[in-house]
Amino acid sequence: MNLEKVVFAFFILLALTLNFGFFLGDIDVPDHHSVYELFAAIVVSLIATVLKFGDRTHLGALLLATSLVADLQLIMAAVVWAFAEHIIGTGTTPAVMAIIVSLSGGALLANITSVLLLIAETMTVRS
Amino acid sequence: MQNIAFLLLRRLRSPLIVLICVYAISMLGFVLIPGMDDEGQPWKMDFFHAFYFVSFMGSTIGFGEIPYPFTDGQRMWATVTIYSSVVAWLYAIGSMLAIVQDPAFRTLHRQNGFRRSISRLSSPFYLICGYGETSSLLIRALSEAGIRSVVIESNQERLNTLELEDYPIPVPGLCADVSLPEILILGGIQHKNCVGCVALTDQDPINLKVALSSKLLNPSLKVIARAETEDAELNIASFGTDEIINPFATFAGRLALALHSPSMFVLFEWMTGVPHEPLCKPLYPPHGTWILCGYGRFGKAVHERLKAEGVSATIIEEKPEMTAAPQGTVVGRGTEASTLQEAGIEQAVGIVAGTDDDSNNLSIVMTARELNPNLFMVARKNSRANAAIFQAAQANLTMQRGSVIAHKIFAVITTPLLAEFLRLAIQQNNAWAETLIKRVSAIADDEAPQIWTVNINDEDAPAFNNAITNGSQPCIKELYIHPRYRDQSLPIFPLLLKRKNSETLLPDDDTLLEPDDQLLLCGQHDIRSQMGWVLNNDEVFHYIHTGEECAQGWLWQKFIDKKPCTKPARKTV
Repeated sequence: MNLEKVVFAFFILLALTLNFGFFLGDIDVPDHHSVYELFAAIVVSLIATVLKFGDRTHLGALLLATSLVADLQLIMAAVVWAFAEHIIGTGTTPAVMAIIVSLSGGALLANITSVLLLIAETMTVRS
Repeated sequence: MQNIAFLLLRRLRSPLIVLICVYAISMLGFVLIPGMDDEGQPWKMDFFHAFYFVSFMGSTIGFGEIPYPFTDGQRMWATVTIYSSVVAWLYAIGSMLAIVQDPAFRTLHRQNGFRRSISRLSSPFYLICGYGETSSLLIRALSEAGIRSVVIESNQERLNTLELEDYPIPVPGLCADVSLPEILILGGIQHKNCVGCVALTDQDPINLKVALSSKLLNPSLKVIARAETEDAELNIASFGTDEIINPFATFAGRLALALHSPSMFVLFEWMTGVPHEPLCKPLYPPHGTWILCGYGRFGKAVHERLKAEGVSATIIEEKPEMTAAPQGTVVGRGTEASTLQEAGIEQAVGIVAGTDDDSNNLSIVMTARELNPNLFMVARKNSRANAAIFQAAQANLTMQRGSVIAHKIFAVITTPLLAEFLRLAIQQNNAWAETLIKRVSAIADDEAPQIWTVNINDEDAPAFNNAITNGSQPCIKELYIHPRYRDQSLPIFPLLLKRKNSETLLPDDDTLLEPDDQLLLCGQHDIRSQMGWVLNNDEVFHYIHTGEECAQGWLWQKFIDKKPCTKPARKTV
């Protein structure tokens, strides 16, 4: 067992689970989606991205790309949220919430791909 | 470039993670700790403001407490986060600076710069492995002739001198182990403009590896390698290396040539001269017993040549056992009068100061002159840096190995036919060389003559080629008739005519040219462009060949009633 592999897989999975947790619930109901969960999802996703840095294999590049997509989607969601809350001042109306949650849904897809790739890589390595 | 980005990212992993974690924890703290707004109502900071506050706090500290003055709890947390974020930032910036200073990173950076400059080369270039005296002379000669070169050298200090050297054309250089094929590829061995590879390191195994790799990686390349031992020479020759140069044998051979057939020596020096080099004067070394100081690799080669020429020589050597000097060797350095007297300096006609130490060589020359002022003195110069003192010492002949080798390689690279000429010339006698020298000095000013090849084909000499296909029979002389005054000749003459399988040394002026003839010409420097007229221009050729100027335009032809030149079909590209 390799501690580095554990940490790596841990963060990638955690990014997926937190993302899923935020996504879960009715799409336009603000009560179903916690801002803390979005925050945690962004932080963990960023850490997962950094962990993927510097791998020059083809699979490594693919993993990094999925993470970057997830980061982008989640940060967009956070920006939309901050925009609605503070700059326009409308607050989290159902319409705004739907945008935020659908953005995080996109990130969820990227995170799922990332985990699938990780599993595929593990399957090919027999040790 | 990709490599650098990856290295940077990989090394920055932990500082970045620390930074993200510190930011996350700080923000979370501000969001959770209760605050108070300006009306005294409980208020909680949201993520937006927390991110804003943490962002500027880490870098500037001092924007004030926003949007409302902090409560004590918030202030305490702010204190904690100020320290942690400053430390995290210092760590991240420090790591980044450390990476930039890292030798591995800098090597990578240099390699990338080198790769870029190689890929940008748009004219033919030579890859030169190993940078020393010989290489620097060679590179200078090549750049004077407008040929680019690229250097790979394993010693950074030597490479530094490359950067200080002021070549007319910039020469990219890289410090790397040239025996690795990937370094050769980096140096452009597979580049479409790479025309040759010159292996000039001072280690035979490395030269062997370079020659072998170059031949395998790019079979069309011209490969020239240096080999010190006969064994290595045979080994390198076995896989089709174009030219192998043994520095000691070549140098000793040239020296022996200077001693037994001085005119031939002068001819060789002139023919292999680099652009703008002043002509050396002919020498007349006396016949008799010579003294040879130093019996190292160079001394041995000289001795062998002298023996073959039937010249007797007394050897002076400091360590005769180590160098396996023959019987009758005088033990000593040769710098003292007693050793020289023991070797019979009074009766000798000449002395060769051939040790590998410049100070000793100079000392030998000075001491020997005091003992016998009539001696013919040959000094071996090891380092080009000592040129000034060698000039002041006024030996009859000063030879430097690097320069002999560099000149030879330069000749091989620029005019392959010249090597063939020299091979044929060496079989002639000294008197032959003397007449030739007179011819050369009649046309050359004080500069080394230019030697170049003309191929009678559509590319090199279209006017001649057209004329021959149309049935006229131009002779060699017409190549260097003055393009405007038919009764005058340009200062050019032919050295060698190569036709299919036959080679003619100094062909006659009236020899008729045939298609695909190769001619080696010798002429004044920069006169070559004048010859371009008759080679390329049908009208000029017609004037030179027949003596009549033909009408070029249609109107003029009608008006004057002159016949047009026989105009062959123009070259179609």
